[in-house]
Amino acid sequence: MCEDPEDKRSDSHPGMSRRGFLTSVGAGATVAVSLKEIPEAPAQEIEASGQTATISLRINGSSRKLMVEPRWSLLYVLREVLGLTGTKIGCDRGECGACTVLIDGRPRYACMTLAIEAEGHEITTLEGLMDGEKLGPVQQAFAEEDAFQCGFCTPGQIMAVEGLLRRNPKPAMEEIRQGLSGNLCRCAAYRHIFNAAAKAAELRGKGGAL
Amino acid sequence: MRDFYEELEESYRAESGPAAAPADDVIRPWGETQIVGKPLPRVDAYERVSGAAQYTADIVLPDMIYAAILRCPHAHAMVKSIDTGAAEKMPGVVAVLTGKSPGADLPWYGGRTAQSKLFDPHCRYEGEEVAAVAAQTPYQAWDALRAIKVEYEKLPFVLDDSALKPDTTRLHESGNSTGDPRVTKRGDVEKGFAEADVVLEETFTTGVQIHVPMEAHGSVVKWDGDKLTIWDSTQGVYNAVLFPAAQTLNLPLNKVRVVCKYFGGGFGAKLELGKYTVIAALISRKTARPVKITLTREETLLCVGNRPGARMTLKAGVKKDGTLTALQLTSVATPGAYASGTGVGFQVAELYRCPNVLITESGFYINAGRARAFRAPGFPPGNWPLEQMMDMLAEKVGMDPVDIRLKNFTDFSQMRNMPYTSTGLKECLTEGAKKFGWKEARAAKKGGGHTRRGVGVAAGMWQGGNGSPPYTAEIRMFMDGGVTIKTGAMDIGTGTKTCACMVAAEELGLPLDSVRIENADTAVTPYAPSSGGSMTLPGLIPAVRKGAWLVKRQIFGWASESLGIATEDLELKGNAVVSRSNPEKKKTVEELMRAHGVLDVIGIGNRDPNPADKATMPFAAHFAEVEVNTRTGEIKVLRLLGANESGRVINLHTFNNQVFGGMTMALGFGLTEKRVLDRQTGKMCNANLHDYKVPTALDVPLDHEVLPIDPKDTECNIVGCKGSGEPAHVPTASAIANAIYDAIGVRPTDGPIEPRTILELLGRKKRG
Repeated sequence: MCEDPEDKRSDSHPGMSRRGFLTSVGAGATVAVSLKEIPEAPAQEIEASGQTATISLRINGSSRKLMVEPRWSLLYVLREVLGLTGTKIGCDRGECGACTVLIDGRPRYACMTLAIEAEGHEITTLEGLMDGEKLGPVQQAFAEEDAFQCGFCTPGQIMAVEGLLRRNPKPAMEEIRQGLSGNLCRCAAYRHIFNAAAKAAELRGKGGAL
Repeated sequence: MRDFYEELEESYRAESGPAAAPADDVIRPWGETQIVGKPLPRVDAYERVSGAAQYTADIVLPDMIYAAILRCPHAHAMVKSIDTGAAEKMPGVVAVLTGKSPGADLPWYGGRTAQSKLFDPHCRYEGEEVAAVAAQTPYQAWDALRAIKVEYEKLPFVLDDSALKPDTTRLHESGNSTGDPRVTKRGDVEKGFAEADVVLEETFTTGVQIHVPMEAHGSVVKWDGDKLTIWDSTQGVYNAVLFPAAQTLNLPLNKVRVVCKYFGGGFGAKLELGKYTVIAALISRKTARPVKITLTREETLLCVGNRPGARMTLKAGVKKDGTLTALQLTSVATPGAYASGTGVGFQVAELYRCPNVLITESGFYINAGRARAFRAPGFPPGNWPLEQMMDMLAEKVGMDPVDIRLKNFTDFSQMRNMPYTSTGLKECLTEGAKKFGWKEARAAKKGGGHTRRGVGVAAGMWQGGNGSPPYTAEIRMFMDGGVTIKTGAMDIGTGTKTCACMVAAEELGLPLDSVRIENADTAVTPYAPSSGGSMTLPGLIPAVRKGAWLVKRQIFGWASESLGIATEDLELKGNAVVSRSNPEKKKTVEELMRAHGVLDVIGIGNRDPNPADKATMPFAAHFAEVEVNTRTGEIKVLRLLGANESGRVINLHTFNNQVFGGMTMALGFGLTEKRVLDRQTGKMCNANLHDYKVPTALDVPLDHEVLPIDPKDTECNIVGCKGSGEPAHVPTASAIANAIYDAIGVRPTDGPIEPRTILELLGRKKRG
């Protein structure tokens, strides 16, 4: 397994990488196992909703000022508040990658990032890869290589490849696989997705980058 | 709800009508094709990669509210009381719904042995619907769910075949049996075993596999007076949503509009009306506001279907020369808490020539989520014992695994009692073996030390994949020669829309970008069945070709009349009909249309019946190479090859993609995917995507090839295609199991094959 240098610095960035999240869940599981009895879940106090904070988000190059509840995920705000539905909801718990966006150029799960955490950072969504009605090079490569079936995980896959190519413009196949390992595709178009990632690197190299 | 699997079976009995009446102007097979068969990008690729494609949960309507469902946390319980008082007062809450709400006391799940309700107080599995709320935001809806107080009486639960013991807890009044065993009989198995030189018997099991489409189930629902619009993530706007929803809500069919242009996969899990859709419709009617409901990932893993695990005992007899003499399969499987198909035996009676067959299939209810049709229902599990047994027999009689399969090849459908229109199984095996380098790989050393290599093969098939009426495609040509197709058929991700456009373009001689398609809107597009059974392509595509051919006949007829040229000499070039022999002679489409007082021409293409005296099914042979670590039990799939015969390939890109995908999903079925139920609580332990392991980018072999086999079938339909989505998923896991046996010399009969399984098998072997 290749080491992802990004994981080591995940604490300095909002949101979680897939493996960063795994580690924290694993720790929780250890604690649960060491308990002798499974306790009854304590009666939960429900926090009053409707408390809002005003934040300003930088999304695809422009600033959006909006009122959010502190518990709202970036995913929820992007999709349901701002109507940027290119970012998909697949599991809402950091397991599938359908909601991958770039935060300061790095792939992050929008479902595991609170909107308030994202303030002060540069957020790029699928819509941000377009040049007007024209597809960006990664999107173009996905279309040409038939790198999807149902297309639902596709925005996340495209953002993962975009993030990979921004820090590694000429990835080897193993690096492509690692770069996509946090994005599930149940139709399993993986083979075509790998081809598209390689092609996207080529297209960007030819000056196709935005 | 009726089970898709049962409907599929019925459709086979109903489909064979009289052959189409011969006419002078008949549609003939294409010669060399210009567009069909090529690897072309999809017609909706732009929408899917730009974010323009609108999936159900992407719909945001003014004044919309969000619904969520409270589900029973216990494996088996009776709801004694529900107190929604506190929830109703929560911030943002607009409505609370229980079984006692007006209009919510609705029957559900039907069937002979398992009645239920929309909100049934008798909760038979973890995840049954208890109540629902709607609020301004989904967060507020989830808050309100936690504020509903439910008093449950916990009941004893049953999770395995102990359900059939007389003194155990009962799920249904009729008991825990799903009904009488289904028996399929041919010849006399006892006679067959007596004639055999070798008789083997082994018991195999498979795990409960869950569909996990990337888009969770969900709906957006809106009323306008007495008219209802449902946007749903579904495999069938008509059969799966419109018909059952209109019936459940007692509405005329034309008052309900169901739309699903894009959806994020289904694999069988979206072939039925969801309770959540009806719940959203009831709340929407009550509140006069649009309602969105999207199930959580956990809910989808618990509540909207799975592939039943099966226990299968297979006894087989074979002569010294490899000829099968008898096959006897006894299977038990559970559909969970409510009725659904559990049969696995079709393939055992069909794939190989065998005069004596006896199959007995039975099922029982347990306190777990109900099964639904899942990509080739019954076939990957049924393939598991059959294809491992073929290898066991081959070893006993000293034959190569490929050879014993060829030895028992048949071109006659024994289950339908008629010949196939075509079968490429022989070529799948021989050409596949050649391309895989089977002989060399088989003879190669297994490796030293603690890593061992092996190769395996398995054949397979699917009982559907033929397509049959009714399918309707409306082909409309505009006055500039451009075409729009309308059909109620779904594009589940298989490329239906692209293939339809390619076929229309081919028939009319148009470039692909002159053809557009609109689909899956019951208010606008004509009827098509659900996307299932690998029926959509072979069902729809011939209807598209026929509609396009009718348009061509009309336009060419007018041109022939006007130009005085025979129709055979005409072709469509851009916006004009031109003489092939004398390109100077032409008429624009607009001129022809205006001369006949119209500005468009519409061809209604109906799917013709399949031949009455022949059967159509797709076939496959898959090859695998694995490496097994005998210290850790880890299995690495190094190489896969899928030789698939699904008739004519329409788009090589989408075909290959399907086969890669089906095989990869089967890799999960064989190695990593299973539902785990906790014996102490009856609850599912792995209702999330960390613990329910679908294959990732790191699990698929880079060396993965697809080999299309085209039998040039001119009889199955006017395009010559069969379905491919399901057969691609059938034999892969068995090929991997056979490769593991080749590597380590012990047979993994229980699936999925985990590292633990390997270590246990090796330990047992060591101890003798």
